[in-house]
Amino acid sequence: MIPASFEYVRAHSADEALAHLQQHGSEARVLAGGQSLIPAMRFRLARPAVLVDINPIKDLSYVKRDGAVLAIGAIARDSDLERASWLSERRWSLFYDVSRVVADPVVRQTGTVVGSLCHNDPAGDWTAVALAARADIVVRGAAGLRTVAIDDFLIDSFATAVADGEMAIEARFPTPDDRSAGSYQKVERKVGDFATAAAAVQVSLNTDGTIRQAGIALSAAGSTAVRVAAAEGLLARQKPSADLLRAAGAAASERSVPQGDLRGSVEYKKHLAGVLVERGLRQALARLGVQV
Amino acid sequence: MKVSVKVNGATYEREVEPRTLLAYFLRESCGLTGTHVGCDTSSCGCCVVVLDAERAVKSCTMFAAQADGHEVLTVEGLAQGGTLHPIQQGFWDQHGLQCGFCTPGMILATYALLHHNPNPTEAEIREGLAGNLCRCTGYQNIVKAVQQAAEKMHEPASAAS
Repeated sequence: MIPASFEYVRAHSADEALAHLQQHGSEARVLAGGQSLIPAMRFRLARPAVLVDINPIKDLSYVKRDGAVLAIGAIARDSDLERASWLSERRWSLFYDVSRVVADPVVRQTGTVVGSLCHNDPAGDWTAVALAARADIVVRGAAGLRTVAIDDFLIDSFATAVADGEMAIEARFPTPDDRSAGSYQKVERKVGDFATAAAAVQVSLNTDGTIRQAGIALSAAGSTAVRVAAAEGLLARQKPSADLLRAAGAAASERSVPQGDLRGSVEYKKHLAGVLVERGLRQALARLGVQV
Repeated sequence: MKVSVKVNGATYEREVEPRTLLAYFLRESCGLTGTHVGCDTSSCGCCVVVLDAERAVKSCTMFAAQADGHEVLTVEGLAQGGTLHPIQQGFWDQHGLQCGFCTPGMILATYALLHHNPNPTEAEIREGLAGNLCRCTGYQNIVKAVQQAAEKMHEPASAAS
């Protein structure tokens, strides 16, 4: 299928993109990797009147670490992260995991991390990871820059805090300390499919072996990716144990509000959410040398 | 709008609608029908081409307008002076195809894979081509084809001739 007609404009700088977006308001959409937007346009699920192509803005193609923060620019490709040598460090294991299961390897060479967050598909991968890793999104508009916590960024299916005339320019992830590890667990029917269910897990330990902080989030479990605050609360300050992991999994299962579809029934997906959180916690802890 | 795209070294200046997808631009405006359209929904990888010598892209999921000023490599651009590219030769020698429909996409996805990882393990080849579907071969011979190509591309030019 061929998309409906639209006007195509190319932005060579964030200033230029902003000018176009402000001129066209709700008629305009940002074109980053386009790996979700273009298929949506082909199915006529999206019919933007104007596409603002930000791919020429080369100074937004960065993946950089400045110590405290990993910053990913608006047109950094998934593959840029996937190929980063430091990604195999234990503290980045959640990112390592997800970078290998987003879409498929060809799509990852064009798809972007920030674009995936802005698309906010309920079954996307990056949204759950961003919740577990406690990301912030930097949004630019007429009034300048603002930083939005991921919990406030994900409004509803395919809707984010980015307003008309604005664009997201960067995703910021706090650097996990050296007693941190994560895991991304995804069940998909085939490579490149959206998740049937997925869980993002990030764990930091205290020196005494208790859990300092946990980040737990689910994808394909509601209208957007969801944080499982109950599981995070259960885990905090506790010593890891099989019972504790089982309780965290049960809280995730409870929190999951999936839609039944060809990928599975509601009952199956709720069950899976719990299993994947438990499995993810076990793997993250194993990466920290803790066998549960 | 007018676009100018360098395809396989030749510049194609064409008038296109913004909604023209790169796959259709290549096939219909440039007459290069080696790029196949399979699923048309970014799933199968038959339409993969290489952008700017290093990035594999599904050309059904990119607008021709986005390729303006860029270089595209399609399967037609691989053989030089009647000599098959080592990847093509690998597919030939190892019987990496049956019907051939997925082959151009497989070959171009392999081209980008070997650009970034000239010496992939079998697992890395399988993972690297996971965005390309083949309904004939069962993939075994495709993996062998890529292994042969990687090996040949390591040989110094003099030894290869």
